Amino acid sequence: MDFQIAMLLGQDGITNGAIYALLALALVLVFAVTRVIFIPQGEFVSYGALTLVMIQAGAIPATVWLLLGAGLLAAALDVRLALRAGQPGRLVRLLGWYVAYPLALVALLYTLPVKDFPMAAQILFALAVVVPMGPLMYRLIYQPIAAAPVLVLLIVSVAVHVAMVGLGLLFFGAEGSRTPPFSEARFEMGPVMVSGQTIWVVVSSLVLIVALYQFFERTLYGKALRATAINRVGARLMGISPALAGRLTFFLAALIGALSGVLIAPITTIYYDTGFLIGLKGFVAAIVGGLASYPMAAAGALLVGLLEAFSSFWASAHKEVIVFTLIIPVLLWRSLRGRHVEEEE
Amino acid sequence: MKLRTSVIAVLGMAFAAGAAHADINVGVTVSATGPAASLGIPEKNTFALMPTTIGGEKVNYIVLDDASDTTAAVKNTRKLISEDKVDIVLGSTVSPNSLAMIDVVAESGTPMISMAASARIVEPVDDKKRWVFKTPQNDAQMSTAIIEHMTNSGVKTVAFIGFADAYGEGWYEQFSSVADARKLKLVANERFNRNDTSVTGQVLKLIAARPDAILIAGSGTPAALPQKALKERGYTGKIYQTHGVANNDFLRVCGKDCEGTLLPAGPVLVASQLADSNPVKKSAIEYITKYEAAHGKGSVSTFGAHAWDTGVLLAAAAPEALKKAKPGTKEFRTALRDALENVKEVPGAHGIFTMSPTDHLGLDQRSRVMVQIQNGAWKLVK
Repeated sequence: MDFQIAMLLGQDGITNGAIYALLALALVLVFAVTRVIFIPQGEFVSYGALTLVMIQAGAIPATVWLLLGAGLLAAALDVRLALRAGQPGRLVRLLGWYVAYPLALVALLYTLPVKDFPMAAQILFALAVVVPMGPLMYRLIYQPIAAAPVLVLLIVSVAVHVAMVGLGLLFFGAEGSRTPPFSEARFEMGPVMVSGQTIWVVVSSLVLIVALYQFFERTLYGKALRATAINRVGARLMGISPALAGRLTFFLAALIGALSGVLIAPITTIYYDTGFLIGLKGFVAAIVGGLASYPMAAAGALLVGLLEAFSSFWASAHKEVIVFTLIIPVLLWRSLRGRHVEEEE
Repeated sequence: MKLRTSVIAVLGMAFAAGAAHADINVGVTVSATGPAASLGIPEKNTFALMPTTIGGEKVNYIVLDDASDTTAAVKNTRKLISEDKVDIVLGSTVSPNSLAMIDVVAESGTPMISMAASARIVEPVDDKKRWVFKTPQNDAQMSTAIIEHMTNSGVKTVAFIGFADAYGEGWYEQFSSVADARKLKLVANERFNRNDTSVTGQVLKLIAARPDAILIAGSGTPAALPQKALKERGYTGKIYQTHGVANNDFLRVCGKDCEGTLLPAGPVLVASQLADSNPVKKSAIEYITKYEAAHGKGSVSTFGAHAWDTGVLLAAAAPEALKKAKPGTKEFRTALRDALENVKEVPGAHGIFTMSPTDHLGLDQRSRVMVQIQNGAWKLVK
């Protein structure tokens, strides 16, 4: 191993680490606010990337039908509630978001020549299809059981993951796909060539992390989420709706997931089930942060990325073993160091 | 009293009618979901195209999905045999599943034709495996073809990168033993996972070993990842792939990075380029035409053709068995097994099948060709 190889591996590790960091942040966020261990986080990566692929191929992404279906279901539930509560005024807004929005998307995808649009516009379309599934998922699946114990929420997460992987196979088929890179540019950094896409990934991740930080520090909604994360009951007493907090959290999680997918689709081949493994590595990173600390989770993600890159060089057959075994010393260290708090309020 | 007699009479007639027109029941288990879905889906599609009558008898196909899972494959097989009373089991897609099914079919005396590659499924033919046949070429046949091509084109050193699973390990075993015999030097041996997002580490190590050629042993689109990484890092030597990549999705994903790649494959992949005198050409084109008529141009894959060949074998053997016994009986299943073992010079999509009591695969050199990727298409190497 010489310096050049170390540099290349380091570059590779940082690129993957940046993606793991984003997913780790989303996992920590979702767990802090809703106590859900969000296993389907990775599925948004695949859905985001493969929806973009379908849009670029000139097909109507199958995910839009899922969005419409979930929207109709949510509308049925909420319209009934609104009528029972005697608030017919809410109907317009409900139907607008749940039904009219997906229908409008379908209409746009059918009529506009999205295939020939610039890549940025195609990405926006892909995000517009995939990201709203986050809040819808919260509304349909997690909101009715919001008060359930963590274990129940975990089991439900596993079920959602399995269902989403199955739907992914149905939507996208078994074979993988790639998207063209954002830029073909290459830069020389010392002895190593760095591709433009790598820089895109790292910079976008940093921008996204800073934006999230600003969101939590400066905006009312961000502060509301933080308040919910710190003390759910207290936040509720202050007039923060837990349902709103949950939907907002899932919106962010879906956004981060789909964006990660779009970012890495040009570097690697994405399959309908790729997201799970990426999400799992984000999960290892989140565990490093104790599912609570954002900076620690990001640092853990970098560690996972680098460990993965270097172990793929030295012992490629055992790479996954090495990466996932990391969780044991980390847990040992955390449980020896941290004080024990009995679970459940 | 009268009513009861007539009921019995009707029942008796129904039974007699049933016995006279016993359908041939074919049980199928494929891996249409899970990790092997890219192989299982075209196979599943293929069963829908198979003949609905053989030798004047109606054929019912009962197709189940085993999700690439060994336990599910065994469960499916038990269900097919005990509930659906099938006369033959076709499947499964992957080797671990097929190996696990052997005990079940042997116990009930039901013939089985596998669509998985491992030679261990049918070798050696023993008390249990005498019920088992398979259609895909052995990895050994394919790796011999690669090594022949390598030595003929002056390759001295070769590096290997394969899936970190049974497929990659199996190939490494076969390839390294043949390479050793032919004085090819293996200079690096790496593994990667189907779902990996990066293979930079492995690729750097391969390139550092400076091999004349690199063999990538993966199946489907995941095998494109190392090849793209090799090109990105400036590797200029020969790159070989295995027949596991022979579908059009691989060409789509790999794009221009796969120009010049060499691989061994069943003749069905380049059927239209075969010489007219080649006996496989006609049967291979028949399959391609049927499949593409149902699923669109360019949709055909060599994996589906393995499934097609199970049907070809069944259609060749069943008429013989029908002469001896009625479907649905133990005698018929035994007769069907014997007939399968006596299949001679039957052209399928992947080659010419000639079975014997010691060879339950029955394919020879005519079942493989070397193919090169040129201008984004498969080209027969003459």
